[in-house]
Amino acid sequence: MTGKVINVVVAGLGGQGVLTAADIVAAAAFNAGLDVKKSEVHGMSQRGGSVACDVRFGQGVYSPMVTPGEADFLVVLSADQVDVNRRFIKPGGAIITPDDIDENLLADKRGLNVALMAALSRRLDIDESHWIAAIKASLNPRLHEANVRMFQAIRAAE
Amino acid sequence: MSSSPRLLLSGNEAIALAARNAGVGLGCGYPGTPSTEILERFSELGGKAQWSPNEKVALEVGLGAAYAGAAAIVTMKHVGLNVAADPLFTAAYTGVNGALVLVCADDPGMASSQNEQDNRRYAVAAGVIMLEPSDSQEAYDFTLAALSISHGRRLPVMLRVTTRVCHSKTIVNPAKPDMKWKAEFQRDIARLVMIPSNARKAHRRLRQSLNEVAAWNEQSDLNVVFDRGRELGVIASGIAFQHAMEAAPDASVLKLGMTHPLPMQRIRNFAESFKRCVVIEEGDPYLADAIRSAGIQVESKSEMYRFGELNVERVRRILANDVSPEAAPLPGKPPQLCVGCPHRVTFEALRDLGCIVAGDIGCYTLGVLPPFEAMDTCVCMGASITVALGMRQCLPPEQARKVVSVIGDSTFVHSGLTGLVEMVYNPPASGHVVVILDNGTTAMTGLQEHAGTGRTLDHKPANRVVFEDVARAMGISNIRVVDPLKDAAGVSAAISESLASGELCLVIVRRPCLLAAKRIKQYEAALKDGK
Ligand SMILES: Cc1ncc(C[n+]2csc(CCOP(=O)(O)OP(=O)(O)O)c2C)c(N)n1
Ligand code: SF4
Repeated sequence: MTGKVINVVVAGLGGQGVLTAADIVAAAAFNAGLDVKKSEVHGMSQRGGSVACDVRFGQGVYSPMVTPGEADFLVVLSADQVDVNRRFIKPGGAIITPDDIDENLLADKRGLNVALMAALSRRLDIDESHWIAAIKASLNPRLHEANVRMFQAIRAAE
Repeated sequence: MSSSPRLLLSGNEAIALAARNAGVGLGCGYPGTPSTEILERFSELGGKAQWSPNEKVALEVGLGAAYAGAAAIVTMKHVGLNVAADPLFTAAYTGVNGALVLVCADDPGMASSQNEQDNRRYAVAAGVIMLEPSDSQEAYDFTLAALSISHGRRLPVMLRVTTRVCHSKTIVNPAKPDMKWKAEFQRDIARLVMIPSNARKAHRRLRQSLNEVAAWNEQSDLNVVFDRGRELGVIASGIAFQHAMEAAPDASVLKLGMTHPLPMQRIRNFAESFKRCVVIEEGDPYLADAIRSAGIQVESKSEMYRFGELNVERVRRILANDVSPEAAPLPGKPPQLCVGCPHRVTFEALRDLGCIVAGDIGCYTLGVLPPFEAMDTCVCMGASITVALGMRQCLPPEQARKVVSVIGDSTFVHSGLTGLVEMVYNPPASGHVVVILDNGTTAMTGLQEHAGTGRTLDHKPANRVVFEDVARAMGISNIRVVDPLKDAAGVSAAISESLASGELCLVIVRRPCLLAAKRIKQYEAALKDGK
């Protein structure tokens, strides 16, 4: 590995928007000019079962998968997925859950994935413009305005 | 190319882009995780792509295109190649005129498969050249290389990928190839008609060509050495290379891009320059066995690492000769049939009727889980009909009478038709009941069309194969079509009446998958708008 790599695991249940959330972090890092790898498992896991998606970025990334015990961040869309994925977190790594989101700022439950990315973005050194571009690239144009507004509100809140 | 854009693509997207940029004239295949998105993307990019009823058909159609001088890619998951193995072995004898690239996606760890067979063995068995990319950039580059090698050598080439290559997104700088293809029939009976007298020569020709390719591979830049230390040497290919580079930062690594035929001299030179040389590979010990049988001393992983995917942690353990038991990850929430899934009604009926159910592969395999537990066998696509017929032939009558085959619509198109022929031709004394779960899509792999939906791969109108008409033409007269949403009791009644009749019966349970129904409306609306 060349230089420091940031490891993020995004987890939840099929249908919650896990893959889109992971696409957003990956695209933000990509827009920032970093090397990025994102890995996911499709298939059976999508019928409401557990889904986890790995995103890694930095100067040079080899494996697309986050090694257990090395995740800097575990972001879950469903609180019951923390235990299943706890083994990925490194000592001192952060867990971001729906409880970290101010309900007043979450306009629509379906926006939870973007809201959690806003919470994650506060802890990463990636410019806001890259996040906004990533959200626009990952969501249907109909949803851009509301999601960007929510993202900015949650990112600004503390 | 200096001006090539920087893209973040999955391996599947990269293969599709390369095929499109290279002017591939036909893409065909059958859906199967993790290969499905290749043809979908190829079609979105403007390529001519089509779903075949199954992988054997797809490979033969692709082969025809390549005989005709076009470049073709054929995509499938690993088990698909079992179905397509027949044309593969002889296609290696005939060779091609244009180019034929078989993209074959293995699923180590079985994220979404019924087995974790290692298809590198097929390249050896069939005598086919094999390339293994390790990320999306290589998926792009190796697709181009495979097309060019296939055309240059006039041989089919297998691009062997795995789940983590197909479904990981990594950065790609796509170089624009300059490839041109011209379809034109040229008669070449000695090469393309495999009667024994021609095939005997063809086999020798194939072995000769493979020897030439092996010699070429000794110098090929598809294989690369990463010189990082003198203590430890690692030989790896595909995704295992990425894990190894990270797990052993001080090891030198020989990355093999063309893994059949192997560049054995190069491997020997590499291995002999280290005190310790370890082969890191996922699945079967294919590389290690081949290298050792050439008399080269390398270490292979312990048997425990043959199962499941590798990752950085497991590669570290292999390198440390650690064979202590691995901690089992906590099980996640298992998948379930969607709430409101039309398959539910049928499995409730089968459960309540106490049937012996020969099942098949699709979303509906989840009928084996509670609250249904209404499936007794599931082997491979199409086996629901045939396995049940075998059981009916041998079970005592009171049990035989309870046997039902349950098969999805896409699976029926894939390999159910021959099962129906078997049923008509060799009917069990107790009769038989086949239930087709016709949800109007291939739901399991992400809602692909098939010959029974009446829409093409890109969701445009197509001729539709109507199951009840086919069955009737075969001589099956007891056919019941039921809508599980409008008439749930009717599903149970249709199955129990069919069982009681002691005849050959077909029950079609027809209602679109919840997720497909929305999309079907959109396709139909788009069609109206277009007119
Ligand atoms: C030989 C082979 N090819 C492809 C697959 C992947 N696959 C599994 S089930 C399936 C089809 C499922 O569609 P259908 O039978 O219509 O059932 P549904 O999922 O819609 O309920 C496919 C393509 C496979 N397991 N084996
Ligand atoms: S995707 Fe469709 S077929 Fe599969 S479980 Fe859901 S509703 Fe049923």
